[in-house]
This record gives sequence, structure tokens and C-alpha cells, in this order.
Amino acid sequence: MATDQPFPHKHVLSLADLSPADINVVLQTASSFKEISQRAIKKVPALRGKTVINLFFEPSTRTRLSFEVAAKRMSADTFNISNSGSSTAKGETLIDTAKNLAAMNPDCIIIRHSRSGSARLLANHINASVINAGDGTHEHPSQGLLDLMTVQEKKGRLEGLKVAIIGDIAHSRVAHSDIIGFSKMDAQVCVSGPATLIPQGIEEMGATVVPSVREAVANADVVMALRIQKERQQDPLFPSLREYATFFGISRSVADLAKPDALIMHPGPINRGVEIDPQVADGPRSVILDQVTNGVAVRMALLYLIMGGD
Amino acid sequence: MSQALLLAGGRIIDPANNLDVQGDVLIEGGLVAGVFPGRAPAARTAGAEIVDAAGKWIVPGLIDMHVHLREPGEEYKETIVTGTKAAAAGGFTAVACMPNTRPVNDSEAVTALILAKAREGSARVYPVGAISRGMQGESLAPLGEMRRAGVVAVTDDGRPVSNSQLMRRAMEYGANHELLVISHAEELSLSENGVMNEGPLATRLGLRGIPRVAEEIMVYRDLALARYTGRPLHVAHVSTRESVDLIRRAKAQGCRVTAETAPHYFSLTEAAVDRYNTRAKMNPPLRTADDVAAIRAGLADGTLDAIATDHAPHSESEKEVEFDLAANGIIGLETSLPLALALVRDGVLTPRRLVEVMSLDPARILGVAGGTLSPGAAADVTVIDPEARFVFTEADIHSKSRNSPFLGWELEGRAVLTLCAGRVTCRR
Repeated sequence: MATDQPFPHKHVLSLADLSPADINVVLQTASSFKEISQRAIKKVPALRGKTVINLFFEPSTRTRLSFEVAAKRMSADTFNISNSGSSTAKGETLIDTAKNLAAMNPDCIIIRHSRSGSARLLANHINASVINAGDGTHEHPSQGLLDLMTVQEKKGRLEGLKVAIIGDIAHSRVAHSDIIGFSKMDAQVCVSGPATLIPQGIEEMGATVVPSVREAVANADVVMALRIQKERQQDPLFPSLREYATFFGISRSVADLAKPDALIMHPGPINRGVEIDPQVADGPRSVILDQVTNGVAVRMALLYLIMGGD
Repeated sequence: MSQALLLAGGRIIDPANNLDVQGDVLIEGGLVAGVFPGRAPAARTAGAEIVDAAGKWIVPGLIDMHVHLREPGEEYKETIVTGTKAAAAGGFTAVACMPNTRPVNDSEAVTALILAKAREGSARVYPVGAISRGMQGESLAPLGEMRRAGVVAVTDDGRPVSNSQLMRRAMEYGANHELLVISHAEELSLSENGVMNEGPLATRLGLRGIPRVAEEIMVYRDLALARYTGRPLHVAHVSTRESVDLIRRAKAQGCRVTAETAPHYFSLTEAAVDRYNTRAKMNPPLRTADDVAAIRAGLADGTLDAIATDHAPHSESEKEVEFDLAANGIIGLETSLPLALALVRDGVLTPRRLVEVMSLDPARILGVAGGTLSPGAAADVTVIDPEARFVFTEADIHSKSRNSPFLGWELEGRAVLTLCAGRVTCRR
């Protein structure tokens, strides 16, 4: 694609594919779109006549709705397909599903899927743009971007900030996109959690591994707790949720080690009292709901940047 | 019998007879009739078809001791006929086929069926039986009966024998029937649900890793059992440095162990998996550059005895899916020789060593004929043009399946003539 385009990407599959300049274009576009959601008439005609399909193979409330709201505020036509009603439930392969959808000429397919790499597989087989709304334990790029936007909005910058990400780094696609995104924007990312949940080579994505949660959080500008997925309990990753909360949860005393104006973040949905103390999650430094608001703006920006060029 | 054939003026490499010399090889009546350094006497060659072998290597027919021919039961992936055609095209005159067919080869009946089908094939087929009934890892398959029907070894390849007592008993009882036990070394509690080598790339791709120790722990267990029982053991598809080191040490201690690796473990690293390339998905998984170096060194110094492809045909629909769901394995029969020849060019293997690991040693390990050009032996012969350059494309493939990570590679060296019992099975 021509390099003079502000955002030279057809798909958004991974933050690893985006340059810092690309990320800045998304954040600036998202900031300028944020105002649309505050109007009385929350709709602009930018994507009128475009067709967006939400293809969600995993249950999702907030991400699916966020993409749908974003697309509708840009006047695109949106269609939702969820796993239970889809032909994959009848044994159709992902590629066959994709080819059938592609035959209806959509402009963009937003996919969430339990298998890493499924968004790229889809992109390899169809002509429409593909946005990865979370693929297995790989990435969740729009979540990474909305986290970057939220921090930049609150802090005025990303460069030089200390970002502590605590918890299940191994299975969190959000953590992967955040680590890549924040380190691309020259923030310093520290990760901590049980050693069983810190994957090999996470340093190569740009994170520093800190054994102690307290040390990771000390003087941080941003503290992000990750969701503990209770369904992973059959793998002996840690003894119990109670023990996890005791040693790795973001309690008030741990949160107090961060800078006084530190932001508290969580990609949701929260297990209250496990990875984060409810008083921290609901406290004055929490930007968890700002994350949700910015999610709509970031997704409007992504849809516009990959479809709105003509 | 067919006309006599004179392979004229080639480089004859026959390690069993300690031979590496320019000369002629005469094939008559399906047998090696004579090996003549220099030129064969005219009196012997009258009436023979002359094949100019100038610039070529004449070697004992290559033997691949680890392939999956998929018949019976998965003929949509491969049949004995198509698989042996691929073998012949790759320069192989014999293959040993693994028992994970449908049904599993855990009986005289399945062994007999495979051998019957093999009569239509383009290479000798040596069936390998299952260790356990149905490859369920619970009770011994009828090793003696299978041996009587023609299996040359036993393994539950594709899955490990997790029960150590069963593995011990297989080695002990297998020895009664002179049956070699082949280990698929994998500790399942460590590897379960893994789809590629554990490490930074798996982390970046969000794919569940298979740690190297899953292989090494089981290699160690099986070496310990071999040492304890005094029985022979063969380790299949070695992929890690530590596995090579363990086997080297066991050999130095006098353990009766042999081992094989596959061309992909000395030609590719896990980087081939990037962007979710399911054509590079296999078990054990591709490892790192350090492992590749150790595998190469192990082949060179005799720690690893054989190059075996683990030829694993799969249909497109089993590979063109999410990485997690894609079938393990790649086809290998038609790329094994050129990839091994690359090791010769890299100075890792001598030509003689290449013939050892691709012909002589597999024959010895399996206790089958072949691996030599001794006069009077069956004329299983491969003529290799070590300098033939070609781009490997789907058009080259004789296998029923296309799942190769080497498509599009420029390769150098291939078989130009394959003779199985004197019959031409491939000619270029």
C-alpha cells in the first residue's frame, strides 16, 4: 500500500504489525471521534453504505457491543453472528464460514475466536478487512489501543511512564497487546504474577519481569490487574483463588505503592476480590469505565481508518 | 527377467564394503551382478542397457525407517501405492510404515493386509506393529504373531507408552521375538495441548508450547529401561540437544540404543511456524537453531544413526484450519535426500556418512536386507545426481498429500534412478 496513506493497513490483526506512527494515527483519530458519542445525535455518515459483520465465536458482551455501537455511530450497517446460531456449531470450518460471509460482500469482518491465529487465517482467505477482536491467547489489539488512549488522555503522554501489569500474563491476549503497545510507545512495562503465569520470552515483547508484585507496582504510573480465568483451574497454576488474592491481588496496600496519581485499570470483566480489591477497582484512581468509553472511540477510528479511505 | 543394466562411470559409495570409488555397477536378474572399480570388462556387459552415471553417485537403495502410509483406513491421505511412489521418487527402495492406521496395526491380519497391498507398490514395505493393543497403552499387542506375519519392529508412534512397566515388558518380551522397540518419546503431562515449541515465539503467537523436557524426560526413561533390561531400543524423531546428549552418553556406556532424526529437525527451526504456518506443525515440534546444530553434530558423530522422514501425509482440509486444530506432521519422502545432501555440502556429513544414515544403518537397525551393493544382493540401488538443482513444487509431489513446508525451496541433488530388486521405480 502507498506509504502516504495515514494508516497503511487493510487489517488490524495484531499490535505487533503496527508502527508507533500507526498507533498515533489511531489515537488521534479516536480522540477526534470521541466527541461524536457525546452529541445528542450520535451519528455521522462516514461509513454509510459499508457493511460490518461481527463474527463472535466466543461469548462477549462489552467488546461485541462496543464494535457494534462504534460501527452504527459511523452509519455502517452491522450484523452480528454468534457461535450458538452459526453454522460452525453445525460443523462448518472457519474458512468455509468466512468464504460464505465474503460472498455477501462485507467491507469488514470483526472476529473473536478461541484459537490464536484465527483472525489471520480469516484475513488470508477473504477480501474484506479483518479486525481481530481477540484470538485465543494471542492478541486483542483494539483493547490494547483503547488502553493506550486512556492512559495518554489521563497522563498527557505515554513515553517514560511505568506500567505495571499484574496477573495471568500467559493466557491474556489483552496483556500481550498492552505489552507490545506500551513498549512501542516507549513506556516501561513491568509484569508480575505467579511464575506459572509468566510465559517464556515475554521480555522479547518488551516487558521486564519482576518477581514481586509490590516491586512491580512501586512508583508505577499505571497499574493494570488482569482477569484470572477460573476455568483454567484444572492446570495447577496456583493453589487457590484465595491464595492468589493474598499474594498477587491488587489490594489497597499494594495499590498505595504506586504513584499517588497512578491509574488503576482492568480489561474486565472483574473477579472482585480475586485479582483486585473492590475498593481499588471502584476507587478515585480507577479508569476502568473510561476504558469502556474510549473503546467505542478507538473502534470508530479503526473502522474509519481501514474502510473510510474512499 | 528384465534386461541387464550397466550403471557406468559413477561414484560408487558402499560403506558396508568400505567402497568409495569410480566405477561401473552391473545389474542382472534383479541382483547386483558386479561392482567394478574403473570399467566393467566388456565380456560381462554385452547386451546390457548402459546408463551413463558420470557425475552421479551409485549407492545402495535408500531406506526410510519411519513413514506413515495411512493404509488401511485413511486412503484419502495416502495409500501404500502412492506412498511408495513418493518413496521411489525420493530415491528410497524400502520404507518402514508406522502402525497408527485405522485399524491400528496390532494384529497379524493388518500386517498381512499391508504386505499384500505392498506387492503393488514401488518400494519394499516393512510394517511396524503396535506395542499395545489399539495403541491404547494398556496391554501388549500380540508381538510374536505380528512378528510371524512380518513386522520388523514395534512402536506406538504418534503417542508415547506412558506406562513404564508396559514399556519395560515390551522391550523384554519383544526381545524374545527379536523385535526392536521404537520409542516415541513424549511425557504427555508436559506436552498435552501444546502445538509448537515452548519459548518466546509461542508466547508471541499465543500458542501453547511443548517444552523440550517433555521429550527429554521420556528419552531418559527409555534409555534407563534399555540399560536396565539390556534390551535394544530405538529412539524415533529426536529433536532436541539434550536428547542427543543423553543418547550419546548412553551409547558411550554400552547401551544398545540407536536413534533417528528427521530432515526437518536439521533444516528448519520453530521460526517456520511464524504467521501460524500449519505446514510447519509437527510433533515433536520444530525447535531452535541450537537444537538444529546439535542434531547435525549428532548425525555427524554417529550418535544419531538414521535420517528418517516421519512422512506424515494429511489432506488440505486437515491443515488449512486454525493452528491449534491442524494435524501434526509433514510429508518428507521427496525432500529427504536433497535436504541431507545440503548437509554434505555444508561439510556436516561425508558422502559415505550420508549413505550410512540413509541406507546401511536403517537396514542394520531393522535387521532387514539392503544397505549394500554386495554382489549377489538384491539390486536395490539409487543413482543420485548431487548437483541437480530444482525448485520443489506441487508438481514434483507423488504423494497424495501436499503438506510440505519445503514447497518453493530451491533444492540441490536428487535421485535420478531408483531400482528396487532391479526394477526401475523412478527415472529422471
